[in-house]
Amino acid sequence: MAGLIIVLVVIAVVVLFVISMYNSLIQLRNRVKNAWSQIDVQLKRRHDLIPNLIETVKGYMTHEREIMENITKYRSQAMDAKSVGDKAQAEGLLSGALGQLRVQVENYPDLKANQNFLALQEELTSTENKISYSRQSYNDQVLFYNNKIQMFPSNVIAGMFKFNEEEFFQIEDEKERAVPKVSF
Amino acid sequence: MWELIEANRRKSLILFISLGLTLLILGYFFGSAYYPDGGGFIGIFFALIIWGILSLISYFSGSKILLAVSGAKEVTKEVHPQLFNVVEEMKISAGLPAMPKVYIINEIAPNAFATGIKPENSAVAVTAGLLARLNRDELQGVIAHEVSHIVNRDVLFMTFAGIMLGSIVLISEVFLRSLWFGGGGRYSSKSSKSSGQGQMIIMIVAIVFAILAPILAQLLYFAISRKREYLADASAVRYTRYPEGLASALEKISDNSIELKTANKVTAPMYIVNPLKPKGQKLSDLTSTHPPISERVRILRSISGGANYIDYQNAFNKIKRGKETLIPSSGLFDQSVIGLKEVATTSALLGLNKQTKRDTGDIMMRVNQYSFINCSCGLKIKIPPDFNKKEFFCPRCGRKHSVNN
Repeated sequence: MAGLIIVLVVIAVVVLFVISMYNSLIQLRNRVKNAWSQIDVQLKRRHDLIPNLIETVKGYMTHEREIMENITKYRSQAMDAKSVGDKAQAEGLLSGALGQLRVQVENYPDLKANQNFLALQEELTSTENKISYSRQSYNDQVLFYNNKIQMFPSNVIAGMFKFNEEEFFQIEDEKERAVPKVSF
Repeated sequence: MWELIEANRRKSLILFISLGLTLLILGYFFGSAYYPDGGGFIGIFFALIIWGILSLISYFSGSKILLAVSGAKEVTKEVHPQLFNVVEEMKISAGLPAMPKVYIINEIAPNAFATGIKPENSAVAVTAGLLARLNRDELQGVIAHEVSHIVNRDVLFMTFAGIMLGSIVLISEVFLRSLWFGGGGRYSSKSSKSSGQGQMIIMIVAIVFAILAPILAQLLYFAISRKREYLADASAVRYTRYPEGLASALEKISDNSIELKTANKVTAPMYIVNPLKPKGQKLSDLTSTHPPISERVRILRSISGGANYIDYQNAFNKIKRGKETLIPSSGLFDQSVIGLKEVATTSALLGLNKQTKRDTGDIMMRVNQYSFINCSCGLKIKIPPDFNKKEFFCPRCGRKHSVNN
C-alpha cells in the first residue's frame, strides 16, 4: 500500500513537472512570435513606403536608375522571403540600397527641399529605427528560448513535443556597415 | 532590468522614509505646541490626513494636474510627425507596454518632462522651443531620457516625494501663520503656570522646526532627484545606443538662458534639465535638482565600447574619479551586448535664432489647429481655425488660394 502511494506521488510529481515545463516553453515560444510580429509590422510598413518614395524621387533623380531598380528588386525579394534568415538577408540588401539612395540625394537640392520627400524620409528613418530596436528584443527572446530548448532538463520535453529552435534576425555586419555615414 | 528598478527603489525608499519622518515629527511638535497633553498624536494624525488626501489626489489625477499646470497640450501625429515617431521608437526600445501620450508646451525655453504613475498610462511633454532647436538624434536622446523616467518608476517616486514635500511646506506654513493670528493666546489660557516653561520650550522647538523642516525636506527631495538623473541618462544611452545625441541635446538646452515660466520648485525635478535658472549666483550642489550638465555631458561623451549600463558606469567612474556605484551590480550583469550606433541619422541644423523662434511659433500654431498654405511666391500663410471663407488672396502676390477645412 505504502509502496503504491509512493509510486503514485512520484508519477504525479513527474507529470506536474512535465506540464509546467511544457507550459513555460509554450509561453516562451509565444513571446518569440510576438516579438517577431513587432518586427514584421515595421518591415511591412517599410515595404509600403517604398513605392511612394520611388514615385517622389523619380522626377528629380534622373541618373540613378540603377539604385531605384535595386530598391524595387530587393523590396519584392524581401516581401517574398519566408524564413527569418531569408528575410534578414533581403532586408539587409534593401537597407543597403536605400542607404545608397540617401547618399545620392545630397546631389539634388530641389529634392531635399521637397516637403513630401522630407515627410517620407522621416517615416522611413523612423521605421528603420523601429526595426532595429524591435530586432534587439526579438533576438533577446530567441536567445532565451533557444537556451531553454538546448539545456537540460527542458531539452527532454522540447524534444518530446518537437519544439524547434528559432532563428535570430541578424542583418549581416558588413551590410550594416555598408550603410554610409552620410546624413540629411 | 527588474532588479535594477528594485534597487533604485530601495535606495530612494530610505530618503523617502526620511521625508516621511520629518512630516511626522513636524506633526508631533505642532500638536504639542497647542495641546501639551497628548496633542502630539493629534498633530501626527492631522499631518497624515493631509498627506493622505494629497497623495490620493495625486495618484488619481497627478498627471493631469502636472500637465495642466505646465500648460501642456495633447497633440496628434499630424502636428509633429517626427516627435511622434521618436516617442514610438523609444516605446519599442524601452519595452513600454503602451504608447505614452504626447504633449507640447507653448514655451520658447527648451525642456521636457515625463509623467505617469504607471507605465501603461504615461505621457511625455516637450516645449515648442525644444522641438525647434534639436535635430532628430538629439530629440531622440531627450525622449529616451524621459521614457526611462517612466520605466524606472521615477515618476511614481518623485510624485509621492513631491507630495510629501508639499505637505511639509503646507503644514509649516499653516502653523506659523496660526501663531501670527493669535494661536498662542489659546495656549496661554489653557496651560497652567507649572508647565508653562516646558510648554515654552516645545513652542520654540516647534517654531524652529517649522522654519527648518521645509528646507530640510527640500534638500532631501533634491537628493532623490539628482540620483535618478544619472540613471535615466544611462538608460537613455541604452535605449538609443547613441550617447552623443543626448549629450549635444543637453548642451543645447543648457545654452538657453530663458526660464520656463510654467515650472516651479516642486515640478522642477520632473524636467530633463532644471527649468529654473539660478538668479545671479551659481547653485550649490546641495540645492540643485539636477547634476551639473557639464558633468552629464562629459560622462556621455566618454562612453566607449557599448551602450550597456556597464559602459555608462565605467564612464561615470572615469569622470567622477570615485567608486560610487550608480548602477547596482545586478544591472551590470546584463548579458546582452549592445553596440553603439555610429551613424547619425540627421544633421539638419536649425540653429539660426530667428528661424528657431519662427519654428517655435509654427509648432504652436499647428498645436492650436492653424493650417498652413505655402504660396508659390514663397510666402507661408497661416490660417486660423476659425477662418470661415472658402478662398482668399495671398497678401504678397495676390494669387488666389482655396481653404479646405
